[in-house]
Amino acid sequence: MISVLPAGVTRERGLQLLREMLRIRCFEDRCVQLYGEQKIRGFLHLCNGEEGVAVGVMQALEPRDAIVSTYREHGHAIARGMTMGVIMAELFGKRTGASHGRGGSMHIFDAATRFYGGNAIVAGGLPLAVGLALAEKLQHRTGIAACFFGEGAVAEGEFHESLNLAALWRLPVLFLCENNLYAMGTALTLSESETEIHVKARSYRVDAMPVDGMDVLAVGEVTRAAVTRIRGGEGPMLLELRTYRFRAHSMFDAQLYRDKAEVEAWQKKGPIITLTTRLKAAGLMTEDDYQRLEREARAEVEAAVTFAEQSEWEPVGDLERYVYAEPAR
Amino acid sequence: MIRVEFRLPALGADMESGTLTAWLKKPGDRIRRGDALAVVETSKGLIDIEAFEDGVLEELVAQPGATVPVGAVLARIARESAAAAPTSGATAPQATPPMPVPEKPEPVAPTIPGAAATPPPSRRRISPAARRRAHELGIDLASVESSSPEELVRIEDVERLHKQAPSLPQRAGMRATIGAAMARSKREIPHYYLAHTVDFGATRDWLSQFNASVPVGERLIEVVLLVKAVALAVSNIEGFNGHFHDGQFRRSDLVHVGTAIALRGGGLVAPALLDAGRKDLKSLMREFSDLVTRVRSGHMRSTELTSATITLTSLGAEAVDVLFPVINPPQVAIIGAGAIAERPWVSDGKVALRPVLTMTLAADHRVTDGRAGSRLLRRIADLLAHPETL
Amino acid sequence: MKATGTPNRITYREAARQAIRSALHADPRVFLMGEDVGRYGGCFAVTKGLLDEFGPDRIRDTPLSEAAFVGAGIGAALGGLRPIVEIMTVNFSLLALDQILNNAATLCHMSGGQFNVPLVIRMATGAGRQLAAQHSHSLEGWYAHIPGLRILAPATIDDARGMLAGALSSPDPTLVFEQISLYNMEGDLTPGIERVDIERAAVRRPGRDITLITYGGSLHKCLSAAEALAATGTEVEVIDLRILRPLDDETVMGSVRRTRRAVIVDEGWRSGSLAAEIGMRIVEQAFFDLDAPIARVCAAEVPLPYPHHLEEAALPDPARIVSAVRGLLA
Repeated sequence: MISVLPAGVTRERGLQLLREMLRIRCFEDRCVQLYGEQKIRGFLHLCNGEEGVAVGVMQALEPRDAIVSTYREHGHAIARGMTMGVIMAELFGKRTGASHGRGGSMHIFDAATRFYGGNAIVAGGLPLAVGLALAEKLQHRTGIAACFFGEGAVAEGEFHESLNLAALWRLPVLFLCENNLYAMGTALTLSESETEIHVKARSYRVDAMPVDGMDVLAVGEVTRAAVTRIRGGEGPMLLELRTYRFRAHSMFDAQLYRDKAEVEAWQKKGPIITLTTRLKAAGLMTEDDYQRLEREARAEVEAAVTFAEQSEWEPVGDLERYVYAEPAR
Repeated sequence: MIRVEFRLPALGADMESGTLTAWLKKPGDRIRRGDALAVVETSKGLIDIEAFEDGVLEELVAQPGATVPVGAVLARIARESAAAAPTSGATAPQATPPMPVPEKPEPVAPTIPGAAATPPPSRRRISPAARRRAHELGIDLASVESSSPEELVRIEDVERLHKQAPSLPQRAGMRATIGAAMARSKREIPHYYLAHTVDFGATRDWLSQFNASVPVGERLIEVVLLVKAVALAVSNIEGFNGHFHDGQFRRSDLVHVGTAIALRGGGLVAPALLDAGRKDLKSLMREFSDLVTRVRSGHMRSTELTSATITLTSLGAEAVDVLFPVINPPQVAIIGAGAIAERPWVSDGKVALRPVLTMTLAADHRVTDGRAGSRLLRRIADLLAHPETL
Repeated sequence: MKATGTPNRITYREAARQAIRSALHADPRVFLMGEDVGRYGGCFAVTKGLLDEFGPDRIRDTPLSEAAFVGAGIGAALGGLRPIVEIMTVNFSLLALDQILNNAATLCHMSGGQFNVPLVIRMATGAGRQLAAQHSHSLEGWYAHIPGLRILAPATIDDARGMLAGALSSPDPTLVFEQISLYNMEGDLTPGIERVDIERAAVRRPGRDITLITYGGSLHKCLSAAEALAATGTEVEVIDLRILRPLDDETVMGSVRRTRRAVIVDEGWRSGSLAAEIGMRIVEQAFFDLDAPIARVCAAEVPLPYPHHLEEAALPDPARIVSAVRGLLA
C-alpha cells in the first residue's frame, strides 16, 4: 500500500473525498438492512469496495458531460450529485424517486445531472454512450460521454462494436471498465482469453490504461487527464479501474465462487481504509474526523430513508403514462 | 438499555424462509455493526447474516437446524446507547402511505382504450349462437325479446320463447276464431279466382322413382312438391308473397308457406314451413312431418302460426276436384290443390287417362290481377312438370 | 433509375429518397446512418447520391454493428439529434433487438418521462425475391407488439414520401417498414406533398360487401383481388392500416360495421400475427355487427423457402385473397 500522499492534497480535499466515499458506503450498508426488511425489493447490487472509482471519476467530470451506468449504480448516482432521498425513494418504488419509482435499483435516471441510467442488460449502455458522444460532436458541444461497465461486459459483442465505432468516428467517449474480477459468479480468468482489459481496448486503437481503483486520488488524477484529452478531440479512451466488490453480486448470493479469505484480504485495502490511513499518516485527519464524517453520512442516509418511507406511491391510474412522450412538459 | 429483535432478513426476491445452520456468536458476546452473526442455508447456499448495529448478543431464540420464515425473530440484542446510530436496528415504523391496491375491475364489456364508442345499433344485437338456434327452431328473431340489460339477444332468449309456444285453442274457441278470420277476409279482401288443370303424371312418375331409390324415412309426399313449387313461383312473381297492412302490401324476402293441416276432431290450422323457397325437398319433408306431428299433439309455436306469407291448402285424396279457398289475412293469396284423379286428357295428340290436378288461386285484387295470377299458376304447373328442378 | 411518363410519376424508392433529402435539408439535427448507405448508395439504392450532397457527417456508413449503431442512434437522439438509422433489413434487426426493446421503447416509461427517444429506424422488410429463410422475414407484427414504439408501414408513393417527416417530428421512437417489393413500384406523387399524418388508416377503395384489412406490400395484392372480385359483382372495401402501432381502430371498425365481413391480409406468419390482433379487436368491438366469421390470409408457417413455386405457395397472393373473400360470402 502506498502510504505517501501525492503532493498538493490538502486536508480539505482529503476530507471531502473521504466524505463522499463514506456517504456511499453508509448508503449501501443501510440498503442491506432495508432489503432484509423487504422495503427494497427485486434485485439489489451494491458497490461496497468500489467507492473510490465512483468518487474519483465523478470528481473529474462536469455537469455538461453525459453519464451511462449499470445496475450497480448507487455509488455513481450519489457521487454525481443526485440527492440521496431521491435515490432511496426510487429503491422503495415511490413516486418521488428518480424515475418516479418505476425503475428501482437498476434504473435510476436523472435528466438534471445527465444521468442516463441504470441499465440492466450487461453492455447495453455502451452503444448509448457512443450515441451521446456522437450528439456532442455533431452539435459542436464540448461534453463527453462517460460510460461505466463491468469487466463482464467485455465479453458481449456490444463492447467490441462500441469501441470500434467510437474509435472509427473519433468520438468523445470515456469508457470506464470497473474490473472487480467477477461477473456475477464468474471469475475473469474463466471468461476472457485476454484478461488485461486495457490491452483489448488498444487493439481497437482506443488509448487505454489500468488504474488502481482502490486509490481514489489516482483515479481522480488519471480520469482528469483522460477527460482533458477526450475533450480536446483526441478520440475515445478506456480506463481499466481495478477494484473489488466486497459484497456479493446481489443480495441473494452465497458467494460459492470465491474464498472468504480473498474477500477479507481485499477489504483490508479498500478505498476508504486506504485514504484514511494515508491522511492520518500525513497528519491531515484524526479518528474524530472519521467518526464525525461517518455520523454525518449516516444521518444523511437516515433522512433519505425517512423521506422515502413517507413518500407517496405513484397512483395506479398513471400506469400508462409515459409509454410515449407527453406533449410539452 | 434497549433490547432489539434480530430477524431473518429477506435475501432474495423469492426467498420465503431459511434454515439456521450455525450461530457465529454466543450470548454475552459484544457485536459490532457488520459482524456476521449466523449462517443461514438458502436455496442458493450458505449465507452469512450480519448485525446492523453495535451491542451485546443477549438471547438466541432460533436454534441451529430450525427452518424459519423471513422476518422471524432469531435473537435478541441489547443495543448500546450513546454512540449508537440515531435510529434503532429495525427501521422505525414511519407513517408509510399504504400501497395502493388495484381496484377489482367491474365486469364490464371489454373496451380498447381510444376505441370509438359503439354507435347505437341500427340493427339488434344478436349473438351468433342465438341466430343459429333460432334458425334451427324456425323461430323468427323479430319475435325474440332480449333479457339482458344491454339489449343483447342470447341463445337463452331464443330457447325461452321456444318453450313458451302456446297450446292450441280449444275446439270451440277455434271455430270462433276461424270464423272471425274468414269473415274479415271476405269483408275486406276483394278476392279473384283462377283455376288451372295440369297433368300430374310426370310428377308422380318422378316421385315414384325417387321414393324407390331412397330409404323409407326419406320418402317424399306430393304436398311437399307442391309447397316447393309454390314457394319458388311466388319468389319470382311479385305480389303474392307478403302481408297487407295499413293499406299497403309489404312483400317478404323469404317465403313461409302456410300449410293447411286438418286437426283430428275438426278444425284446421295452417302453420308455416319457414323459408320454403330455399330449402331442399328433403328438409321440407322432414319439417312437414315434424309439423304435422306437433300440430296433432298440440305443440306448435306461435311464430309458426303467424308468419306464413302465403298458404297452400289441399283437402287430400278424398277431396273434390276444385277448391275455392279463402285468403288468410294478412296474406294476399292462397293456393288450393284439388284431389288428383284419373280423367281423360289429351296427351301427344291422343286421348288418354291421366292423373290430373286442378289448382286454384284466390288472390287479393288490391295487389294483383288475373294476368299475374295466371302467370303464377302456369309457373307452378311448369315447376311441377319438372320435379327434378324443385 | 428515374421513372418514365408523367412529371409526377416516380418510384417508391425515389419517394423515399426525396423524403430523406427533404428531411436533411429541413433540419440540421437530422442525419442518417447505417450499413452501406453512403458509398454504396444503399442496399436498395434509396440513399444513392446523398453522400455527395450531404457529406460523411450526415450520411454515415457504419460497420456491421447493428447493436452498436442502433444504440448509438438512441444515444444521439437522447443527446438532441434526430437520427435516421437504416437497418438494412428487418432480418438483421434481431441483432439490435435488445437496444430497440430494452432501450428505445423503454426509456421514456422507465425514467418516469424524463427521457424520450426521438429516433427513426427505417428497415426493408418482406419476402418474394427468393432470398430464402434468413432474408425473408416480415417481423413488423413482432415490433408492433412492443409498447413505446410507433410502427409505420408506408404502402403508397405519397406515404413513402410523407411519412418520414411525420416520424421525425414525433418525440417517440418510430420504426418505418418498407416492403422490398414496393421499391420499384411506380406511381403519381401528389404535388407539393411533404408530410402525411401518421395516425390514421386509409380506405384505399370503398366497397359495401366485405372489408379487406391490410398494410404494406400486401395492399396492392388486396387491390388486385378487389378488382377481380368487382368483375363478379362483389364490392370490396380495402383498408390500408398505414400505422401498425398504435392501430387505428376507428377506421377499421367503422368499415366492418358497414360491410359486416372482414378478411385480414398480413405477410407475417399466421400464428400470433398482427392479423390475430386485429381479428381480436374486431371481436371485441364489432362482434354483433358481423355476419360471418373473420378470416385471415397470412404467410404459411414455414421458414421461407428459396424456389419460386414454394415461396409463392407460402405467401399471400391475390388468388388466395379472392378465395378467402368468396368463402365468407358463400
